Amino acid sequence: MLLGETIAVAFQSIRANKLRTALTMLGVIIGVAAVIAMVALGTGAQRAVEERINSLGANLLTIYAGQSFNRGVASNNRVSLTTDDADAITKDARLISAVVPEMQTSLQVKLGNKNINTNVLGTTANYTEVRNYTVPFGRMFSQGDNNSRQRFAVLGWDVPEMLGGNPAAMIGQTISIRGIPFEIIGVLNQKGSGGSWSNPDEQILIPLQTARYRIFGTDRLRSITVQVAEGVPLEQGIVDFERVLRREHKIRPGADNDFQVRNQQEILATQQSATQVFTALLASIAGVSLLVGGIGIMNIMLVSVTERTREIGVRKALGATRGNILTQFLIEAMVLSFVGGALGILLGSGTAIALARLAGWNTYVSPTAIGVAFVFSAAVGLFFGIWPARRASRLDPIVALRYE
Amino acid sequence: MNAALSTTAERMAMLPPDVPRDAMIVTRNLQREYDMGGEVVRALRGVDVTIRRNEFVAIMGPSGSGKSTLMNMIGCLDSPTGGEYWLNGFRVSELADDELARIRNKEIGFVFQTFNLLPRATALHNVELPLVYAGIGAKARVAKATEALRKVGLADRMHHRPNELSGGQRQRVAVARALVNDPSIILADEPTGNLDSATSAEIMQLFEELYAGGQTIVLVTHEHDIAAHAARQVHLLDGRIEQDFLTEKSS
Repeated sequence: MLLGETIAVAFQSIRANKLRTALTMLGVIIGVAAVIAMVALGTGAQRAVEERINSLGANLLTIYAGQSFNRGVASNNRVSLTTDDADAITKDARLISAVVPEMQTSLQVKLGNKNINTNVLGTTANYTEVRNYTVPFGRMFSQGDNNSRQRFAVLGWDVPEMLGGNPAAMIGQTISIRGIPFEIIGVLNQKGSGGSWSNPDEQILIPLQTARYRIFGTDRLRSITVQVAEGVPLEQGIVDFERVLRREHKIRPGADNDFQVRNQQEILATQQSATQVFTALLASIAGVSLLVGGIGIMNIMLVSVTERTREIGVRKALGATRGNILTQFLIEAMVLSFVGGALGILLGSGTAIALARLAGWNTYVSPTAIGVAFVFSAAVGLFFGIWPARRASRLDPIVALRYE
Repeated sequence: MNAALSTTAERMAMLPPDVPRDAMIVTRNLQREYDMGGEVVRALRGVDVTIRRNEFVAIMGPSGSGKSTLMNMIGCLDSPTGGEYWLNGFRVSELADDELARIRNKEIGFVFQTFNLLPRATALHNVELPLVYAGIGAKARVAKATEALRKVGLADRMHHRPNELSGGQRQRVAVARALVNDPSIILADEPTGNLDSATSAEIMQLFEELYAGGQTIVLVTHEHDIAAHAARQVHLLDGRIEQDFLTEKSS
């Protein structure tokens, strides 16, 4: 029997039972849409993390102040990182190509009558370069600005909006940080929070020396970010600055470090594998609904076979082989699942886009996910269609012709 | 396997020696037993019948006489449990399911009591159906189906669905469907059972015309006046042939 004829018959019988077909398809539509939307959500999260990894810049390590340990027992005296430590690393650690000390506190920031509370970060001029920032509006403060303790501020991408203005108009305005006036000289490009706890786009950069002497009044640093020189393995870089810091902190040989080193890329890689698990989990939950949709197809196909027993008998009497009947019902099931799958892909993609637009979530509808969903929905039709189709094909024509 | 023999003449040479060379249907000691929950019911107890090309035979008998079973055998819808059956030289008593389907498609045109048209398909499409399973292309199908419908006088009703046709017209569509593949026999099972007497007469008239045109027709009925339209009558009783005679034409 010609395939085109079989497909035409399938569409005909589908049109004959519009409501029933629509309800059956709805199962597949929801299943496929759920898979697409969930995978889009997971993939979006993964890509956000990936972007963040790429935007971090290569070979970055962050040193945080820790506690000193004495034979494995934490001692009470908290130690700290200071600007002197940063200077020492700059001077003595040869395998470190850049040192970015960071001093950070959440502070009141005022512009006109707008009053916000955000992170103020005292750092050096090389911050933007090391952290892969660009400065689309205005400029970053210079080494000279830092040395001369200029009251300059460079805003993260989201700050102008928080202060109720656009980035371009911010340049040259004066904000007050803890009551001290600062001139806005630049706005950084957008990085996105990347699902992380602190949003780098909401911070305000000021020169380290200005921060130290005019705002914070201390030489204690929150962290030092160091860039290991190109071509040098991270481990060697760590050994190099550890040597300098241990000397500065007068740690005896054999004693533990009183600081912690974090490899941000490693942290993000962990986060990435977590989002992968999350994606797989979401997809498999959505897959269950696709399975339920498939059972719906099987159910309706069984009903259809019973209803059309006479028709099957007639077709067999007129010369349809078992294979003809099997193909006919199988194709009907597959048309159901195929059309349902196509609509589901549209609905799922729409949902993913809507989530991105309205809720601001990171979503990404990958062509692979669409392809897999389509193939999977067709497979569902095949799998759940085979049993009803076999039942139809094995009907005895005599019994089928007499069926009322 | 018989079906592999290409020409009719070759197949005919395989028939038992005592049958005429123009035999269309030959059964020898045809038996069919059913197992009804442990009890064996012998529906056919050895039927020997020969129907030649261009015969018009009515198979008669009360219910339970085995005429439906015989019709199923002749129509290749069922296989005998004993004996042999040749249809147009094909020894169909030993064929498997799919081969039977092919024989039904090529050699037999069915006409049923309840018409058995596909309700959602047009008359034309219904008539096309056997050609679809014969693997004939769309253009040739439409041409042949149109010709068959013209033959039964429904050329102007081709695009109507069964529920837009009268009972007589539906049965004419069914006859057209039976004719379309140029079958060896037309097998009609109580074709007038659901029709009023005037329409019945029309349909029987149609069968007689086809018979006059050279068609072999086997008619299963329990009505004597319908059977009287046939040239020969075979009466069954208790799974055996009781009578086999030529109809005396009153005219």
